[in-house]
Amino acid sequence: MSARLEKEADSGPSANTQSSLNVAEAADKSNGSAGDGGLAKPDPPGYFEGESMSRRKALTVAGQAVGGIAGAVIVLPAVGFAVAPIFHRPEERWESVGPVSRFTEKTYTPVVFTLVEGIGEPGKTTAYVRKAIPGSPFNETQPYEPYVALSTRCAHLGCPVHFVSAAGNFICPCHGGVYDFEGKVIGGPPVRPLDHFQTRVRDGQVQVGPRYSVTSQLQPVRARDPGEYTGGIWNILYPPRPDTFPPP
Amino acid sequence: MKLPDLLIPGPLKKPPKPGDGDGAGPVERLKETPADLVGWIDERTGGASFLTGMLYRKVPKGTNWFYTLGSATLFAFTVQAVTGVFLAMYYTPSATQAYGSITHLTNDVFLGEFVRGMHKWGASLMIILIWLHMARTFVFGAYKYPRELNWVIGVVLLILTMVMGFTGYLLPFDQRSFWATVVGVNITGTGPLVGPYLADFLRGGAEFGGTTLTRFYAIHMLIVPGLIIALIGAHLYLVVKLGTTAPPWLGPKRTKATVREERV
Repeated sequence: MSARLEKEADSGPSANTQSSLNVAEAADKSNGSAGDGGLAKPDPPGYFEGESMSRRKALTVAGQAVGGIAGAVIVLPAVGFAVAPIFHRPEERWESVGPVSRFTEKTYTPVVFTLVEGIGEPGKTTAYVRKAIPGSPFNETQPYEPYVALSTRCAHLGCPVHFVSAAGNFICPCHGGVYDFEGKVIGGPPVRPLDHFQTRVRDGQVQVGPRYSVTSQLQPVRARDPGEYTGGIWNILYPPRPDTFPPP
Repeated sequence: MKLPDLLIPGPLKKPPKPGDGDGAGPVERLKETPADLVGWIDERTGGASFLTGMLYRKVPKGTNWFYTLGSATLFAFTVQAVTGVFLAMYYTPSATQAYGSITHLTNDVFLGEFVRGMHKWGASLMIILIWLHMARTFVFGAYKYPRELNWVIGVVLLILTMVMGFTGYLLPFDQRSFWATVVGVNITGTGPLVGPYLADFLRGGAEFGGTTLTRFYAIHMLIVPGLIIALIGAHLYLVVKLGTTAPPWLGPKRTKATVREERV
């Protein structure tokens, strides 16, 4: 009999031992086969001097271990399978939306392009594109963007906004969000400016790429979902997700 | 209403009270010999005592129509389960074909509009009934000791029913269901810290795509119904085991002893 078992027999089951083991030990004790204050006789078959664990306890532990492994074999792959898309970043996608002559500095031109491939119409989205204004505050923070492409997803809950050229504003039909010409919030419930798509010019064609979000100062950050604030502490409370692209 | 005695199979008859009749004569014993299907099954399963215990259990005085709301909710769930299984025979959970399969099911399939209507309106009915059932439990004080665990299970069932409503709404894949789900997932995303990841999990990625629909379909017809059935089993088990409560206006049983206690 081991010192550990004797100690437990004296002081009762110790708190740090697994409760199931205690149950097994209690059963052993009630049989009088082990732990009778050191008076145990070599009653159970297979008992030998100096054994550290009764056969019953060893089998209990082994049975629980096998059951645990079998459970993990079922659960772990299933859970991993279900949550895998959170960590998978799709391939970067650029699409031409028209020649450079199509877009001006004065107004926005709506363009439709594919955001998610293989699902037809639901995979398409609309963006409003204009030429960047040299010297504007926005252009200073993003000098690499020759064209500005604003997403139509309202920063409140994701409804599609539309550009009202007479007012020079973006208006959301769902809950009355209003954005100015640069996409900053000037009314309603939206929590941050309109999202942007990265742009570039290739062979005289304007191309739009991955989406990114901006703070209220139009500083680019990784794409957030609608309804999530950006900037300052909010960048921690609404953490960037691994399946989005780094901002430009 | 009472069923004529002849229609109830022997083993399912109300068990006799002790002292009722002699019951020991050879004729009585011959009558107890299982010579029918129900008796044959009962002799091998012992299920009849479980059933009679459940069907002939005591209910308190004052039990009234409000006590049927739970059964009504269960009935609504059964309607949803059965119609849902048959709708799945025609429905295609693919972003490009879902809407077409729904219009086909509704317009072309015999009784399709009826079965889909049952599923659609039954969903609203189940939500209404589950709230009424919960209100009854609350107002009657039936959530108190020892029935707190059943209240907790009921709340989980309520949440799961709402999840069913949320995930099922996307499946027709028309403009309304699409945008409603976009908004719903974005509301999920507004929870701090875990919200963005939960939204990604629901969508199956950063953008709303084909996997979103299949994911919602699997949640709607496999994961959550399984959980609901299991929890309804636990819910009913506790109802049968603990019994129901009398309406609060009947008050506690007043005996001489309790009246004296109150005066002291």
